[in-house]
Amino acid sequence: MRRAACIPFLAAVLAAAIPFAATAAEPVRIGMVTTLSTGGGYLGEDIRNGFQLALDQGDGALGGVPVELIVEDDGREPGNARQLARRLIESEGVRLMTGSVFSNVAMATIPSIVRDGVIYISPNAGPAQLAGRLCHENYFNAAYQNDNFYEAMGQYFNDEGLDNVYLLAPNYAAGKDALTGFKRYFDGNVVGEVYTQLGQTDYAAEIADLRAAEPDNVFFFYPGGMGINFIKQYAQAGLDQRIPLFGPGFSADNSLVDAVGEAALGMVNSAHWSRDLDNAANRQFVDAYIAAYDREPTLYAAQGYDTARLIGSALAAVAGDVSDTEGLRAALRAADFDSVRGDFRFGRNQHPIQDIYVRRVVRGEDGNLTNALVAKVFDDHQDAYVGDCGIPEQG
Amino acid sequence: MQLFLEQVLNGLQFGMTLLLMASGLTLVFGIMNLINLAHGSLFMLGAFAGATVVAWSGSFLLGLLAGVVTAGLAGMAMEALVLRRLYRRDHLDQVLATFGLILLFNEAVRVIWGRRPLGLTLPDWLAGSVEILPGVGYPVFRLAVIAVGLAVMAGLWWLVMRTRLGMRIRAGASDREMIGALGVNITALYTLVFGLGACLAGLAGVMAAPFIAVQSGMGEDILILTFVVIVIGGIGSLRGAVAGALLIGLADTLGRVYLPDLLRLWLPPATADGAGAALASMTIYLLMALVLALRPRGLFGDAG
Repeated sequence: MRRAACIPFLAAVLAAAIPFAATAAEPVRIGMVTTLSTGGGYLGEDIRNGFQLALDQGDGALGGVPVELIVEDDGREPGNARQLARRLIESEGVRLMTGSVFSNVAMATIPSIVRDGVIYISPNAGPAQLAGRLCHENYFNAAYQNDNFYEAMGQYFNDEGLDNVYLLAPNYAAGKDALTGFKRYFDGNVVGEVYTQLGQTDYAAEIADLRAAEPDNVFFFYPGGMGINFIKQYAQAGLDQRIPLFGPGFSADNSLVDAVGEAALGMVNSAHWSRDLDNAANRQFVDAYIAAYDREPTLYAAQGYDTARLIGSALAAVAGDVSDTEGLRAALRAADFDSVRGDFRFGRNQHPIQDIYVRRVVRGEDGNLTNALVAKVFDDHQDAYVGDCGIPEQG
Repeated sequence: MQLFLEQVLNGLQFGMTLLLMASGLTLVFGIMNLINLAHGSLFMLGAFAGATVVAWSGSFLLGLLAGVVTAGLAGMAMEALVLRRLYRRDHLDQVLATFGLILLFNEAVRVIWGRRPLGLTLPDWLAGSVEILPGVGYPVFRLAVIAVGLAVMAGLWWLVMRTRLGMRIRAGASDREMIGALGVNITALYTLVFGLGACLAGLAGVMAAPFIAVQSGMGEDILILTFVVIVIGGIGSLRGAVAGALLIGLADTLGRVYLPDLLRLWLPPATADGAGAALASMTIYLLMALVLALRPRGLFGDAG
């Protein structure tokens, strides 16, 4: 290279280096690899909206620390998610990540992300392994452990003296976990237990079998579109008037209830959050969310919002210095923020210890279907896998 | 016994939905020799248009009309803009191009309607159930689907076998050049046939919307089954599509119900359900393999 040509080259290198000199003013980068496309895309959208709401309320800062949120869509593909996470960590220098919606994607990405020293806060997926055997000091779950909702429903059945239940779930890991979680607490009699094909759209055959079995109650776990199909067809068969239907909270969230319509009315479901939970943080959140997005928040939105505020509390504690991993972890463990779910703290495996409720789909004051709290089933509930986790109790 | 009868009805109803899809696909395949993977997208468009119009007007019949017309227009536009260029190309090119159309339609639907699934609420006269036997209620809407399927089947038979248009369609299927030389506008005929197939897919979409979630990508599941139907029935044969659709509908429904029960005779319930569900999801493919082993061109495929 000739000497004269060197000078602009050197100048360019210097110019590129200057931003690095001013790290203090750089916002903290948070990577959110979530599911925005495919049939499950609205779940990631709700999580992102909840997170963004907290960010907007802080004028682009969380805990007073400026934040740059980088959102990527994994398309529900574990392989995509892995690649996107790798890119964010290696070329964008991200030290804090969140976003996973689906447990299979979480299982494929989170273990390697946390091994690289990056801190991961799950805003939804909470598979059993990550709460137990594969727990990690860099991994936090700000939502729940997958079994929690079903355990609560099993307990609710006992509390109410409900018996003779018929169980349905799709034939895959989360489906089996759901029914196992239910049976972990339920003491009564299981009349039938049916595992259907994952992604099945027509349940006529199963519903006819169900009616023939004449159970007193039906408990199901069908996530997303499968839930919509099942509830609609259940009502069309005229069973909603005869056999009460029980399910997990996310099959009765507003976006699903809107799609199901009238057939969802009266459905009893379990969740850790409800729009009418009476605490200041939640009232503020629900109003702000409706004002910002012109629709009711879902429990996914609530989880996204809480995730952002949890991160905010930790960023404030380390004054925005994300290289202080030890300090971040300690601050996250303290969970010093007002959750929209009320009481919230982390257990030894860094999964929530929180109250779980039962809600019922009702017609709200505005005429739209929504959920109303029926009962608190668990007080400070912890998951069943904490014993398998090797993280020692912190002082 | 009552339960069995009910399950047979369920199988028939599922078969009728498949038939609406398969007859359109087989018309296009048999007559134009075109593999159209985007047929499921027309099903999706029909469902979305139907759900939107029902929500807006409150009338199910208006929604039905909107779904059929939207899918038909979209189908004809698709034929005129894209597929027309593909008739003389290799089947692989057709598969690639129409696969691209699937992605395009899914994304377009997401942009227009958003990611949240839509709902379609049935009017009172179609909701609920009637007693078909003492003590056994059956959903009215599923009976309506069976009725519509039968009516469409009769209408198609009349159209293809008894009308001048049907004669041209059949002639175009056997010799494209000759019918062109006889002065029939073959381009317009193909567009019309494609539109007809698209209308049937749209009809299937609206008829499916009340019990399945209306969301982007909903066309893919049914498309795979539809292909199984036309492969079993014999590619390009309407009679084959009818036979294949009913066979698959019944086999799938009855397999799902009775295979786990059968396995429970030997296995503990949890294992039996797992294995039964796995076997049931394979039933139709095993059936397809069996049919193809005995009759490589399908049940009603032409020998030559």
